[in-house]
Amino acid sequence: MKLHIVIVEPDQTRARLVIDSLQPLGHHVTVISEAAGLARRVCDIAPDIVLIDMSNPSRDTLEEMALASGPMERPVAFFVDRTDRDLTQQAIEAGVSAYVVDGLQPDRVASVMDAAIARFQMFRRMRMELETTRRALEERKLIDRAKGILMKARGVTEEEAYALLRKTAMDQGRKVAEVASALVTAAGLLS
Amino acid sequence: MNLTTCRVGFVPLLDMAPIVIAHEMGFAAAEGLALDLQRAPSWSSLRDMLLWGQVDAAHMLAPVPVAMALGLGGAVARLDILQVLSINGDVIGVSQGVADKLRMAGHAFAFTDARQAATDLARVVDGPLRIGVPFPFSTHVELVNYWLRDAGLEYELCTIPPPRMADALAAGEVDAFCVGEPWGSVAVELGAGTLLLPSRAIWAVAPEKVLAARHDWVCENPALTGCLMRAIWRAARWLSVADNRLIASEILARPEYVNAPVEILDRALRGEMVISPQGEIRQVPDMIRFFDGAASFPWRSQAAWFATQLAARHGLDPETSRAAAKAICRTDLYRQNLRAAGADLPGASEKLEGSLHHPTAVASERGQMILAPDAFFDGQIFDSSRNTR
Repeated sequence: MKLHIVIVEPDQTRARLVIDSLQPLGHHVTVISEAAGLARRVCDIAPDIVLIDMSNPSRDTLEEMALASGPMERPVAFFVDRTDRDLTQQAIEAGVSAYVVDGLQPDRVASVMDAAIARFQMFRRMRMELETTRRALEERKLIDRAKGILMKARGVTEEEAYALLRKTAMDQGRKVAEVASALVTAAGLLS
Repeated sequence: MNLTTCRVGFVPLLDMAPIVIAHEMGFAAAEGLALDLQRAPSWSSLRDMLLWGQVDAAHMLAPVPVAMALGLGGAVARLDILQVLSINGDVIGVSQGVADKLRMAGHAFAFTDARQAATDLARVVDGPLRIGVPFPFSTHVELVNYWLRDAGLEYELCTIPPPRMADALAAGEVDAFCVGEPWGSVAVELGAGTLLLPSRAIWAVAPEKVLAARHDWVCENPALTGCLMRAIWRAARWLSVADNRLIASEILARPEYVNAPVEILDRALRGEMVISPQGEIRQVPDMIRFFDGAASFPWRSQAAWFATQLAARHGLDPETSRAAAKAICRTDLYRQNLRAAGADLPGASEKLEGSLHHPTAVASERGQMILAPDAFFDGQIFDSSRNTR
């Protein structure tokens, strides 16, 4: 029997990656990308498993649905309740949470979760790399602006401006970007 | 000095102020702690982070540890309530459509009378009123249910994350909400809604957020627990000084914390609420409280009140539920860890809830302490040793 799996994920590329990992296992996958009306849509689809990124704030809406059917019976439950702790720990570290319909065989859930966890670990790495790149770019821009301010104010070359920034940073035990940021802020106040 | 790292999780709200202030104003460092503050995107995520050891302690909705003690909603571990972080601080707001109908019906938006507000709502609303709340186990849910249970008003509760509440109201997903500040004021600022009541109009001293930790972590880390409790208690005392409010708002406003405008955060701290997009202002004494009147003491009777409401709704035995809820309130640790820090401690760990209509002096270790009015809007008195309501 193939499972009907819902993925709650606003980012299409990421949703695609999860679909690609689950469809070969023979499951039917539906993506919900909008937070609005989430509870109603999940109810209409009546999936076996719902997967959602732990960092998605809409998770609390699913939590409500899981409880609404009876918190003691848990026909739909966060899967930490019944699968092995190792798998749960892995899922939480990878940042994925799952809601599973009662009565589903644990090994079937485990195979879905293994695939999902692998994908989410990949997302996490991608997200961190993206964040690092973004920060590097911002720091680069700040340093360029600080260099520009120094070149204008002190009539020095670009190399000299950068050397000055770097020396100040070393003397104060701070990062070049921090010194640049302070300089840009101060220049903004003075102009 | 070598600092011990302690990971504390939070959801972006004004009432996490004691945790952030403990970190930013050096109260944690003074106790030898380096707080690693982790922002959680939702209450369920924060609960899981706490249960699975990604954080050591967390800013938590007061009824969450209670619900777990009752076996509700997947109780994988016992959570202890170490201290209360905040009293009150929520608002109930309605969409502009509902607000217009209320005004037409002569409702004055006095922002004080919960009974009048419920009666007027019941008169103007046709069909079920959809009310947004942040989480199924929350002070918000308990207060709204308590407030509307005899109002003759059909309503349903919808879970919406606090930072999304204003948008959900604007988009017509819900007709009303009960949410912690600053998110109610944000809805006013966006022109999406009008505030109808502060939560304190329903229960004058509702414990809102608590500092929660896993029971086994608390047992294994007694010294660290003590340091954390003292740092946060001193931060709460700092927050009770009027002159510190603006600094607090400025710190909380930062993107890594609440990420909302300073001016909006400041409203609840000042107790001066702008209730409508037209700019009507209401003074709300005790809009949110962190320290005075033994605010941080984890009264067993307050946990028992939540347990009684939850037990009634889920068909559990009220006696057993109250006992389970009381057992997780670590009044013993509060006394032990905060006595030396200078906290005045109440003589008892339970009280009659709802019996005080004026500030009242009660017996404490140092003689007397003043407790704030704690009345329920309907005048009920809750005796945690026998009452069932």
